[in-house]
Amino acid sequence: MKVHEYQAKAMMAQHGIPVPRGDVATTPGEVRAIAEHIGGRVVVKAQIHAGGRGKGGGVKLAESSTQAEQCGAQILGMTLITPQTGPEGRLVRQVLVEEAQAIARELYLSVTVDRERGRAVMIASEAGGVEIEEVAAHTPDKIHKEWIDPLLGLRSFQARRLADALHLTQDRQAAAVGLMQGLYHVFQEKDCSLAEINPLIVTQQGELLALDAKLDLDDNGLFRHPDLQSLRDLGEENPFEVEASKYRLNYIKLDGNVGCIVNGAGLAMATMDIVKLAGAEPANFLDVGGGASAGMVENAFRILLMDPKVRAVFINIFGGILRCDVFAQGVLQAVTKIKVQLPVVVRMEGTNVDKGRELLRQSGLNFIVANDMQDAAAKVVAALEGSGERHT
Amino acid sequence: MSILVDEHTRLLVQGITGREGSFHTQQAVAYGTNVVAGVVPGQGGTRHAGIPVFNTVELAVRETEANASVIYVPARFATDALLEAIEAGLPLVACITEGIPVSDMLVVKRYLEGKPTRLIGPNCPGLISPGKCKIGIMPGHIHQPGHVGVVSRSGTLTYELVWQLTQLGIGQSTCVGIGGDPIIGMPFIDCLQLFEDDPDTHLVAMIGEIGGNAEERAAEFVKAHMTKPVVGYIAGQTAPPGRRMGHAGAIISGGQGTAASKMAAMQAAGIRVCRSPADLGREVAAALHR
Repeated sequence: MKVHEYQAKAMMAQHGIPVPRGDVATTPGEVRAIAEHIGGRVVVKAQIHAGGRGKGGGVKLAESSTQAEQCGAQILGMTLITPQTGPEGRLVRQVLVEEAQAIARELYLSVTVDRERGRAVMIASEAGGVEIEEVAAHTPDKIHKEWIDPLLGLRSFQARRLADALHLTQDRQAAAVGLMQGLYHVFQEKDCSLAEINPLIVTQQGELLALDAKLDLDDNGLFRHPDLQSLRDLGEENPFEVEASKYRLNYIKLDGNVGCIVNGAGLAMATMDIVKLAGAEPANFLDVGGGASAGMVENAFRILLMDPKVRAVFINIFGGILRCDVFAQGVLQAVTKIKVQLPVVVRMEGTNVDKGRELLRQSGLNFIVANDMQDAAAKVVAALEGSGERHT
Repeated sequence: MSILVDEHTRLLVQGITGREGSFHTQQAVAYGTNVVAGVVPGQGGTRHAGIPVFNTVELAVRETEANASVIYVPARFATDALLEAIEAGLPLVACITEGIPVSDMLVVKRYLEGKPTRLIGPNCPGLISPGKCKIGIMPGHIHQPGHVGVVSRSGTLTYELVWQLTQLGIGQSTCVGIGGDPIIGMPFIDCLQLFEDDPDTHLVAMIGEIGGNAEERAAEFVKAHMTKPVVGYIAGQTAPPGRRMGHAGAIISGGQGTAASKMAAMQAAGIRVCRSPADLGREVAAALHR
């Protein structure tokens, strides 16, 4: 789960990480009030779940509270397009208003999971303010890492090594160690998959400050944090995905016109791949789970049919413990109940597959029964061509 | 022969009375797996489906000489179940549970260091040596004893491959689902080594997916150490970056973990890579008869 910058900063501040003074606003009037309270120059920052906001005009510097209000009016309600939002952009509904800083240096600091080593790792770099992947690709010598033993935590000596690598002055060492240990505590206590400060600035007065902050929470850890669940911002998510999540369906919206209903995440990805190989585009990823009950299939159809782009449905089920005849009955129920008009290609394999296919064939409904995955993909493409909608 | 599990496996089921644990234990027994014990805290001294239940793993191992455990415990209790199984010194533990927090798995990985336990999963279907022993949630009857080793990060996609093989009359030595989470116990490489050392495995089929770089590491290993042919497929060639595709570990982040990168690494290592999952069975057949 993603959270906004202002929420991430609040959590970091709780762990002793210095952040700029500021507050969040939803109207230009509120922006003005916050700017007046701070006094002097402020920065108005769009709060969306995507990076690269400055490039898209979502971050503005204001010399006065009047100017801050104007900036707020410009940013609030705008559709912000950044390299991370895609061409459709994101509607800005909140801004963070913060005291402007005089920046001497921009650094990078994060904690994430090193999958290969099976360890959390703290990453520090002197090249802050740019994407760390770029730094890693072009100047890997500017990346410094400390792997963290979960039974020991981030030790002071490790933090000191990173502080040295960042060429922080001796009088800032203690502050840097505290900040780094604070960041690891946030990462660990909030069950994060990423805790990132980019840039971590050194001000002209020599202070360390988290100028931007990002926390990605591990969805699997959320059961431990009922307080954090309320930070979920449904306005930042695709509406179809929000709807699917109500039914505990694992759904991701894509751009094509072949709706996919599959049991299992790996098979669901493989189904998307084979649709593409056959010359069409998948409209979604959808894993209804290994069980794939009639109710799940019904909900899956509902979600797919909400997407006006979908012109054909591809059901790909491997019946193992789940018997194909039982699954076919579920599909029949769902299709009858929701009155599905689109061509539906069904590919089933596994236990009782002959019975299952027979049930679909005899139903008198508009099913196209396929023999295998390849055949199914070809039949989906043919069905699209039949409706004159092969290309998206 | 086979790897990891066979007719000598004495299985212990953690969470045997739960809905999943209970159902799949019955399936395993019906398949011929020797299930010797169950562990459910607070239910020690009872029996479930005729199998003795113990309060702790330690006691169950002492009383029944169990040498493998399968975990069906819900995510919020699974970490403790994992640590308990490792602490008891079981040589093999398969964790089926999906949804264990990454931070917990970091602790489990650390605790595994220096221990004799080999952990399969979590978030996996388990493993099966057809005709000998089935541990996990895969449908037993789609398998057939034979000489193809299967290793995969996926569940149903693995069944798909196994079914294609069985339909072609090609049996399997052992099929291992290593799990779809970002942090798992046994990686591809260890499994490939076991298959390489198993005289009864003649070819390995490997199914990877987007996210991480385990497939790239596996490809390096294959190139350097494997004499047996390897056939592969990567799921998620059309997956968008930055999105988790069902499995917690299936995500392309910062341009890393793409299917293209994995397929290129595997091809460069001499692995026969299929672009379509529908071609896997035929590709295995072709490689076997070459």
